[in-house]
Formats: sequence, structure tokens, C-alpha cells
Amino acid sequence: MKMSKYQADEKGYYGEFGGAFIPEMLYPNTEELRQNYLRIMEEPGFQEEFRQLLRDYVGRPTPLYYAKRLSEKFNTRIYLKREDLCHTGAHKVNNTIGQILMAKKLGKNRIIAETGAGQHGVATATVCALMGLECIVYMGEVDIARQAPNVARMKMLGAEVRPAKSGSRTLKDATNEAIRDWINNPVDTHYIIGSVVGPHPYPDMVARFQAVISEEIKWQLKEKEGREDPDYVVACVGGGSNAAGTYYHYLDNEKVGIIAVEAAGKGVESGESAATSALGKVGIIHGSKTLLMQTGDGQITEPYSISAGLDYPGVGPMHAHLFKSGRADFIPITDDEAMAAGLMVSQLEGIIPAIETSHAFAIFDHRQFRPEDIVVINLSGRGDKDLQTYIDYFKL
Amino acid sequence: MNRIQEKMKSGHKLLSIYFTAGYPDLEDTVPILEALQEEGVDMIEIGLPFSDPLADGPTIQESSTAALKNGMHTELLFRQLEGVRDKVQVPLIIMGYFNPVLQYGVEAFCKRCREVGIDGLILPDLPLDVYQEEYEELFRANGLLNIFLITPQTGEDRIRKIDRGSEGFIYMVSSASTTGAREGFGEEQKAYFERIHAMGLKNPCIVGFGISNAATFSQATHLAKGAIIGSAFIKMLTREGKAGIANFIRSIRPGT
Repeated sequence: MKMSKYQADEKGYYGEFGGAFIPEMLYPNTEELRQNYLRIMEEPGFQEEFRQLLRDYVGRPTPLYYAKRLSEKFNTRIYLKREDLCHTGAHKVNNTIGQILMAKKLGKNRIIAETGAGQHGVATATVCALMGLECIVYMGEVDIARQAPNVARMKMLGAEVRPAKSGSRTLKDATNEAIRDWINNPVDTHYIIGSVVGPHPYPDMVARFQAVISEEIKWQLKEKEGREDPDYVVACVGGGSNAAGTYYHYLDNEKVGIIAVEAAGKGVESGESAATSALGKVGIIHGSKTLLMQTGDGQITEPYSISAGLDYPGVGPMHAHLFKSGRADFIPITDDEAMAAGLMVSQLEGIIPAIETSHAFAIFDHRQFRPEDIVVINLSGRGDKDLQTYIDYFKL
Repeated sequence: MNRIQEKMKSGHKLLSIYFTAGYPDLEDTVPILEALQEEGVDMIEIGLPFSDPLADGPTIQESSTAALKNGMHTELLFRQLEGVRDKVQVPLIIMGYFNPVLQYGVEAFCKRCREVGIDGLILPDLPLDVYQEEYEELFRANGLLNIFLITPQTGEDRIRKIDRGSEGFIYMVSSASTTGAREGFGEEQKAYFERIHAMGLKNPCIVGFGISNAATFSQATHLAKGAIIGSAFIKMLTREGKAGIANFIRSIRPGT
């Protein structure tokens, strides 16, 4: 195994972050996965099926698109990795395809998942329909009310959407409920976590499935620019799965700058924010040691962002390590900045991004790039799901 | 010798009660401890409330949320427990999740436990290997036993490893579930109780999860050293308050 400063070690640690802080009830489930995930992922048959589904079903490779008008506006060279063109409208499906194949290899016939905005829930319901497996998605009661179209999509795909009624009734509570379900169903069930969070081996496994993004960027950029390495890779970070996929093949190549964009909500110091790197302290959430928004007494607090996909109180352990080590540059972007950037991209490039992704386009007011720099931004999802929020915000 | 180890030598089956500190009312912690001792309860687990209790079912989640709303926090619990050893002699265990302990500072937490007379900790999301590598010395230096869980899915090798790493007792989770999720025990549980009994572990086992009345207490303790009641006790507190404690405990062990 090659030495990496920024990928998980065999116990699932990224520097001081990661690990598996789980109750004993979850030990057999995660241990089964830990012992098998690398072996299964390396099987030629598995890779062949994974690649074939990514190509024929998801629509990969997704284009790497030179954004001419954006580049002119900011006087630098901007490429967009078009994950918004994936089936189901976001990068989330890369991971659910991988994990559903993993679940089948492990002989599981019941799938559970958590979802916040509903994108991961839809991606999970989609692959369960594809494979004919039972699918239960936990979603906070509050999120069910504000994400009705995605709830309908999951139901239409045959999934059962179970409301998480405990705590703040949002993503973190949906995750708690999914974990409780797994405790109660340890034998036949696989839990498809939607981000690079949770106990080892989840962060590493999800990052490896999403790594197809940076793998493609490398050869696509080589074709277009004659070099594999951009000067910067940029992605928004909630839990951090699209970011992990965008950075993956560049993590140990320090010539490539890594920019992580966080949701500052109404402002980092406003009390209504999801900027975990700025506001978080080391703690344990959902089985992982990471940076975490919490009270001085260690109670997990509820983050805020206009984007339901970024309001997670923690961040994947890989990203906590990238922040702590200084490898990545973390930029907090407010709701207002993100919305303005979303409108700008819509009108300059004809692409309406998901609000999560819109955050990433607001960095140009905060960082200056050289004209010859190549900046690759992961356009992680399309904005259809956010239309109502855009309508309300811009009074369209 | 630690009070827990002393208690394990007792000739009878042990009844341990779990409750959430600061519930139903913020200042109920010590009065509940006294009432439980008065009724002859053998051991008490004081729940340190947490916002995200992963291993717990709805009853303990709700009591934790209510306790936090009441204003319970780690330092306040320690303040409430100051001087408790003048009144309460049964073994006391703090059960909680690792994050609040981490924020308090593990060393400071252990020292405060020692000062107020806590005998052991149950931190379900602090795994055995991390405990042994990073915290075992600290716990020992403060006279604290760390109690580990096993479940029906725990493999034999791992049970042996946990047994070697444990002192006091092993917390035997009765079924694959969160707390409060089951009513009564079936053949599967009985087979599991027998399997564990036959392993001849060095530590006694105390069964938890799914014990709510005299019948389940008796089934659980047929082969094990004792049993823990949590959710059923909290439900009673929600219904009847502290006044219901005596009747509840007497109903579990009639005639003692």
C-alpha cells in the first residue's frame, strides 16, 4: 500500500480524525464491512460491473467543460466537472451504485439510508429499484416537509420514507434513526451512508467510490490542456462526499491547491451557520472523530444553511484532517453570496446549479487566481430540486 | 476493592436501575438515588444525557432531551453528586456517550468521578481498543471500572477479549436492539443466555435491554448475575414521578 498523508490508514484514521467510535451493537456490522470492502472493491468482477453501470446507467464519464464566459469574467481558466449530468442529478449516485453492489456481495437484502435534502435518498431508492432490493430511507420530519418533490420521487421509486421525529428532526437525526435501525437489524441489512462520514470504513469506502470524479478529471484535463493536474480543485463541503471525490487523486500532489467551500449560512459568527471548520471542535459524531459543531458541554448543535445538503454539524474526517493540516483552504460562503453566485452561473453558462454547488462559485470574490491558472470546480448537482428556494429568494 | 466488585460477590441476583440525570426534574438526581437505595436496589446507572443517543430507543432519547432542556449538564451532575456518598452506599455508575466526556476532558471527568464517589463508567461508543490504548491507566488511577457491552451478534473471540479487558461485570445486551425495544424474551434470547453462561467467563454478566417487569427480570437473571432496567423505569417516572419508585421496585422483586 502506498504511503499517503491524506488518505485513511488501516484503522480509518486521517491524522487524528476518523476511527470507529461505535457501540458494540454495531461492531459486527462494521467489522464485516471493514474486513471485506477493499477485497470486494478490488475484485475484477466488481470493478467491471461498477464501471459498466457508471457508464451505461449513470452516464459517465461526465463532461469536463471549459466555462468560457465565467473564465472571462474572473480572468482565469475555469473548468466545470459536470456531476449535475449524472442520472438523478448529482454525484450521490456514484456512491450508491458502489454500495448497492457491495451490499449484494455481502448477501444483504434490505437497504437503509439517511437523507437530508433528499438527493442521497433518491439515489439510494434508485439503485434499490434497479437491483430489486427493499429500501427504507430515514428523513427528518422537518426535511420531509420542505423537500416534498424528493419525497415523492423516493416513493415513486418504491422506497419507504420513514420520518425521523427525534431531536431536531433533520439530517443528523435521520442518521441517528438509520443507525438505530441497523442496530435492530444487524444481519440482513446494509446501511448506505451518503457521505464521507460515519465509522470506519465508511469515509474511506465512500471516498473511493466518489474518486471516479478526480480519476476522470485527470485524463480529461490531459486531453484538453496537455496536463493532468489543475492548479486548483474546488468543491463545496457538507459531509464532504463530492469534495472527497474531486480531491481524491490530487490529495498527495501538493502542487494542486485544494479549496473547500463551506456554508456560512447567515454569517460565520451569526449563530446560524454550518461552517464546521471555523465553528467546530474535535468531537465524536455518528461514529467518527472529527470537527463538530457542539456546545461547551459536548451536545451536538443544529447547523443552519439555506442549502439542506450542507447543514450537517460535522464534516468527514478526511476534510477535518485537510483543514487541520493546512492542506486545504477552507472558505466560508454565506447564503446571500451563494444565491448570487447561483444566479450568475445560470445566466453566464446556462446551468442552474444546486444551491450546495452555488456556494463553490462564490469563491471568486474571496480568492484571486492568475490568468494562466486552471481551476476545476465540481458542479456537484443540478438546481431543479432547489427551484422553490430560488423562486422564494429572487421572487421569480 | 471497588464497590461494584464487592457487590458482585453478593449471593442474590442483582437489580440495577438506569435513569437519566435531570429527569423528570432537574434536581431529581439525588432524591431518585436515595429512593432506589431505600428500596434495596443493588446498583444504579446514572445516565448523562446526550443530544444524539445512538444506542437508545425513544424512551431514553426523550428523557435525555427533556433533561437537557431542564438544564442538565456534566458539571451540574457532578455538583449534584457532591456529598452523595454520605447518603448512598450502593455502587454508582455513570452511563453516557463519549462526546460530552471528551469535551469535559477525560482526565478531569475521571477525577471528578473519583471525588464524588462514582465506581464505574459505561460509555458505549468508546471502543475497547481505544480505551485500552488511551484511557485505561487514567480510569484505573481514579478507581473507575469501565464496563463493556456484548450482544447476541458478538463473536466468541471478541467476547473472550472483552472478558479479559473487563473488571466488575459485562453488560450483556439481551437482543439486537436499541434500549426499550423488546417485550419479553424468546427462544433466541434463551439460547444466547445459555451460550454465554456456558462460556464460563471470569466476569459476571448483567443483562440489559428489554427487562421491564418481574417476569423478564426472572428470565434474564436465571443464568446471569443480574439485570438492568432502564426504559421501563423511566416510563414509570414519566407517569407517576418519584412517588411511584417504591411500588415499581417491589413489583420487580416481589418478596424481597
